[in-house]
Amino acid sequence: MVIVNVSRRGFLKKAGAVGLGGSLVGLAPDKAIASEVIAASDDSMGVLVDIPNCIGCRECEAACNEANGFEVPTEEELKDKSVFAEHRRPGPHNHTTVNQFPGGGDGVEARPIYVKANCFHCNKPACVSACIVGAFRKLESGPVVYDAWKCMGCRYCMVACPFGIPTYEYDNPLTPQVRKCTLCSNEGNPNKGGVPACVKTCPKECLTYGKRNDLLARAHEKIRSEPDAYATHVYGEHEVGGTSWLYLAPKGASFEELGFLKLGTAPPPLRTERIQHGIFKYFIPPLAWYGLLGAVMWVARPNADAAMGKAES
Amino acid sequence: MSEHVLPMPVDRKFFTRGVFFLLALAFCMFAVAAVRFIFGLETVTNLDQQHPWGIWIAIDVGTGVALAAGGFTTAALAHIFHREHYHVITRPALLTAMLGYTFVGIGLMFDLGRWYNIWHPVIPPCWQGDSVLFEVGMCVVVYINVLYIEFLPIVCDRLEGSVRFPTLRRICTYLNSILAKVMFVFIIAGVVLSCLHQSSLGNLMVIAPWKWHDLWDTQISSLLFLLSAFMVGFPMVIFESIFVSWSFKLKPEMEILSPLAKYVVFFTGLYLAFKIGDMLVRESYVLLVEGSVQSVCFIIEMVFGLIVPFVMLLSDRVRATPRLLFTASLLIVLGVAFNRINVFLIAYQPPYTVKSYFPSIGEIAVTVGLIATLMLVYRLIVTYLPVISHPELTPRKT
Repeated sequence: MVIVNVSRRGFLKKAGAVGLGGSLVGLAPDKAIASEVIAASDDSMGVLVDIPNCIGCRECEAACNEANGFEVPTEEELKDKSVFAEHRRPGPHNHTTVNQFPGGGDGVEARPIYVKANCFHCNKPACVSACIVGAFRKLESGPVVYDAWKCMGCRYCMVACPFGIPTYEYDNPLTPQVRKCTLCSNEGNPNKGGVPACVKTCPKECLTYGKRNDLLARAHEKIRSEPDAYATHVYGEHEVGGTSWLYLAPKGASFEELGFLKLGTAPPPLRTERIQHGIFKYFIPPLAWYGLLGAVMWVARPNADAAMGKAES
Repeated sequence: MSEHVLPMPVDRKFFTRGVFFLLALAFCMFAVAAVRFIFGLETVTNLDQQHPWGIWIAIDVGTGVALAAGGFTTAALAHIFHREHYHVITRPALLTAMLGYTFVGIGLMFDLGRWYNIWHPVIPPCWQGDSVLFEVGMCVVVYINVLYIEFLPIVCDRLEGSVRFPTLRRICTYLNSILAKVMFVFIIAGVVLSCLHQSSLGNLMVIAPWKWHDLWDTQISSLLFLLSAFMVGFPMVIFESIFVSWSFKLKPEMEILSPLAKYVVFFTGLYLAFKIGDMLVRESYVLLVEGSVQSVCFIIEMVFGLIVPFVMLLSDRVRATPRLLFTASLLIVLGVAFNRINVFLIAYQPPYTVKSYFPSIGEIAVTVGLIATLMLVYRLIVTYLPVISHPELTPRKT
């Protein structure tokens, strides 16, 4: 079962009064979208990232690579801080990266800040909505997963994802896949169904795996109890309709400075689905359009005799 | 029907210097195709993790679909609104649409990582009603088949004239009589399907508002795509008709094309009004002076692809003069092509980019080669099948 179904049903009702030129629904103001509440299932799991706790050891990268069968960096390589010179993004052969950002600001030690990047596992994922063949699914337990056998490799998911997360195996000529973090729920992953590899390995308890609702409560509890340590915003609580991954930033640092994108709270798929389902509401608009054109064709015919004798080309 | 000039095969030599040039371009495409399908996308394209779509999507697919709009617009004009005067242009327009969509499919195969799964959208386990692309895909698949059915009478007409196989002749006569009775079903279906997917193509980028430049990022993008498809259909037919006339050394059929251009004035005005209205409502005009590549491209699209040809076509002299009408039509065609490139490439500004995208030689070779091959097949078909109606054409002895 998929979480998005919950919201879609309510959404279909809204898309009701849509006429023939279904495109016209687009004229309605954006506010209608923003009011949509994307309710994650109570069972939805997630990860809370306590950014101030991260020391940039990149053990999570190593564990992730191991779980997914990618090349695992050696202890020597993990100690090498020169990788932080450039901003590294998750790719087809590494599903998570840790980047370094300058620290400082009010009330924070002037040491660098480290931020882990990976798929956010949105509550209402754009990749799931965009995929032409339904190769992406949002599981009720939280993860957004991918069925390679369905995929035809159009890469619309990569266009749609607001975070730029799905990556492609361009170097594979015959069976390329879209690759991204699966919250360790992909087939063949030794951690499937359990705690993700990165969370398991984190030595600083910077990552917490649990029910999203519990994690949110915990995040706000931390902000309340340690107002000097944390910024008040929990990234992922409302962004694009909420995400399974939630981030706490150190006080004084803004998420944009830490490589996070400034995104709205409306899930992007609602923009397209509203129009899409409007045009195809019970197939009425296309059939009405068909009937109307048929009527015009009949009424406008030159005269019955000529029409009978005419061979249409 | 009797007063119309009947369509017939063009009795001209097939191999000319131009044809050899097109063959050379097609050959280049096949060479690149071999590399792409053996070694993968990375060896041929400049695509990267931030730029998943390049010119194969923006031009071969996005622009290809738009420029094939002449098929459904002329079908609607001549067959649904019964403007019988325009019957003679329906066959060339239909051929363009049929070839256009066929080549959209071929072009898409180049781009798809798992091209052998291209048929997946039609199987129920893969149906995905939320996906805009699914809607586009399904409509295009059905529409291609509608186009093939609409084209069947042309093949039958030709085979009916074949003396050597009487049985085949009888089958064709029979098939033609059946098709004539049911064709209206397909003609209307073709128009409905076209309206659906032409508009949905415009809805594709709406899902990525933060990556999409605000000059194009509008909720009515699908409406704009539909209106621009209505607009570009006839100019494409005019441009082609005059081009074909010139290349076969025939006189352009201005008595058909000039009145057709009056419809273009209306549809261009309508699209222009919506484009400007959208800009005013969203107040995106402030971005025109932004000085970015995007703002410059938007201005070029609006001025040279829309305003200039619109003003040109208002003049009777332009609509009556082959060279001027050709120029105005070509400007609209290129304007729509540029709009599609803008929407899918120029306006796409993903985060975390390492480098900007510019098509590789290989990508360009494939796109150019596909257009060249399309032109070759077009020429081949009009040489052997009765597509073009022209008073100067005479029946050929076979």
